[in-house]
Amino acid sequence: MPGTVQSIERAATLLHAIVESGGQMGVTELAAAVGLPKTTTHGLLRTLLSVGFVEQDPRTGRYTLGAGLLGLGSHYLDANELRSRASNWADSLAGRSGCAVRLGTPAGLQVVVVHHVFRPDDSPQELEVGSLLPAHATAVGKVLLAARPAMARSLTDAPIEALTPRTVVDPAALLAELQTVRTRGWAEQRGEYRLGTGGIAAPVHGPGGLVVGALGVSGPVDQLFTDTARRALQAMVVEAAAAVSRELAS
Amino acid sequence: MTERYVLAVDQGTTSTRSIVFDRAGRLVAVRQREHRQHFPRPGWVEHDPEEIWANTQLTAAQALRDVAAAPGQVVALGIANQRETTVVWDRATGRPLVNALVWQDTRTGPLVEQLAARPDAVLVRERTGLELAGYFAGPRLRWVLDAVPGARARAERGELLFGTMESWLVWNLTGGTDGGVHVTDVTNASRTLLMDVRTCRWDPDLLDFFGVPAAMLPEIRPSVGVLGTARALPVPLPIAGALGDQQAALFGQTCFAPGEAKCTYGTGSFLLQNTGTDLVPSAHGLISTVAYQLAGEPVHYALEGSIAVTGALVQWLRDSLGLIGSAAEVETLARTVSDNGGCYIVPAFSGLLAPHWEGRARGLVAGLTSYVTKGHLARAVLEATGWQTRDVVRAMDADSGLPMEALRVDGGMTTNNLLMQFLADVLGSPVVRPMVGETVSLGAAYAAGLAVGVWSDTEALRRNWHRSAQWSPDAGRVAALDAAYPHWERAVQLSIAWGERP
Repeated sequence: MPGTVQSIERAATLLHAIVESGGQMGVTELAAAVGLPKTTTHGLLRTLLSVGFVEQDPRTGRYTLGAGLLGLGSHYLDANELRSRASNWADSLAGRSGCAVRLGTPAGLQVVVVHHVFRPDDSPQELEVGSLLPAHATAVGKVLLAARPAMARSLTDAPIEALTPRTVVDPAALLAELQTVRTRGWAEQRGEYRLGTGGIAAPVHGPGGLVVGALGVSGPVDQLFTDTARRALQAMVVEAAAAVSRELAS
Repeated sequence: MTERYVLAVDQGTTSTRSIVFDRAGRLVAVRQREHRQHFPRPGWVEHDPEEIWANTQLTAAQALRDVAAAPGQVVALGIANQRETTVVWDRATGRPLVNALVWQDTRTGPLVEQLAARPDAVLVRERTGLELAGYFAGPRLRWVLDAVPGARARAERGELLFGTMESWLVWNLTGGTDGGVHVTDVTNASRTLLMDVRTCRWDPDLLDFFGVPAAMLPEIRPSVGVLGTARALPVPLPIAGALGDQQAALFGQTCFAPGEAKCTYGTGSFLLQNTGTDLVPSAHGLISTVAYQLAGEPVHYALEGSIAVTGALVQWLRDSLGLIGSAAEVETLARTVSDNGGCYIVPAFSGLLAPHWEGRARGLVAGLTSYVTKGHLARAVLEATGWQTRDVVRAMDADSGLPMEALRVDGGMTTNNLLMQFLADVLGSPVVRPMVGETVSLGAAYAAGLAVGVWSDTEALRRNWHRSAQWSPDAGRVAALDAAYPHWERAVQLSIAWGERP
């Protein structure tokens, strides 16, 4: 795989940071959020400004997303809108896989659960919509990190939290795994968040092509990762995530 | 065992959908086509029956092609339809006499007031279990007979046929002018004001009351059972089930036991509770309607609470006020605040249906202060759906005395978590969403599949039902909303008072 263009990657990370901040950020905050020197950040923002991808409030000097991005059709996607568009496909994925289904969106190094479909066995389960999951130890989280490499690299700034003995805490190993996720288009975790529970997830793309969410199934590791189950589930998850992406594009 | 499939046609208010289900009740293929809404005058809403028939043929053929099943694997067709929409057509040519008068059409208002003033009007509620209201099909049929010159005489000679939408589709599917079967299912017939809800036959006294010739009426048949063979599809299929859409949703939610209830949250919302084989007359503003009938078995009844405006209020927030860009964003806006700020919205856009039946009530926003923001309005919009559901559930408890352990919900608004939690809190009971959200088409498929033996009995259908989400009431919120309920009730009374002639 050819190397990525660093400045484009960084510019994309800046845009994500503005979206996730709620819409407005100053250059100092942005530099801190993406872990770059202020001068580098300023240079990137000037370029983004010139192509209309960001705009600057003349009074406060703070940056917002620019109209140029809206023109690309990749404006901020409302989480409730995402849930309503994904619902039929998430139901169908739960029905076919027999697993619980979650749809997550990025929140820094965490994932917000925006939709949750129960495992279809009618056992008592709690709705987890609105809860946060650690990105590095969940399949949905790995999908989202893989789409934002600069954010992923910031994982290496502090020790990675071991949630179970299986959590990948070696930064190099985790970044390599994210590279794999990016290439093959789906992620998995085997008891890295809670022992015995695993997950498989795939990216959901917004109308402009950006990864706006991750759709995944979860269940007991010993059921998910038999050879046949893993292959079948991976195909179902990728297919369902693609269906949601098509739904968002329509 | 080879897979067997059932095709369902959901002929709805805005579109016609053909959906194929497998034996596990899972959706395998979907095709949909919208039809035009005609608004020739204020309050008039019409559909072109020929356009709907063409869309039915097209989407059914597409869905059948999508599943690419081996010959004989798709074994039956079930139909669910928008209820109370009235079609009158020419038996010899197959052409509709006029466009279909849609259930939202309010042109029969003055006619219904005249009819209601007659001394024998009390007959209607006694025999039909329904309110004498323009919402049902009978007054629309009467309007057509009055409005089109020569129509009544032609109807008496048997040249014109009447039907609700399933009747029109079955007649066309089974051959139309070439031997089409003129039938209606008992749930649709129970919405005409022309059928005796106890005997499930057309009632001569009611036909006299409305001035409708018996010769134009379809034969009333069970909802589950073969009505005829659909010859107008790429493969001939037995039409083995038909239900009005809300009854289909009740069936799809497998509410087969007395007390089980579902509410479908769409443009309007419809709460139906199975009351078993006993008709429960309502003393609290609900209607008694047929839930379903299996061929050769007694009719099952339901109490129904119809709410005219729920999702339509969210659409109003989006299209008329422009406060949100899409319906789902109402939740985002509502979550910018933690309560309604003292604001209540009664969405009586064209009167109130159950349990009030106040056709002249008009909408209002109560409790406005300078403190109220668009976030509070969004909350009040969502809460209006919850409060209206509470009005209906309270009436249902009083009428049926059957405990409702949980409310099964479906429809577009069920992806709104804030609303679903509010519902659980305002009702003080769990709210449960099933895995297959397409309960209307699923119910039609279940009815048809049951008739031809795809499923052995209703227990087999129950086993297909799974929970996809549940919202449980929070004791503190339940108490707070109990205390707030009188505010809502007062707002409703004000909206009724506003509509009274000054």
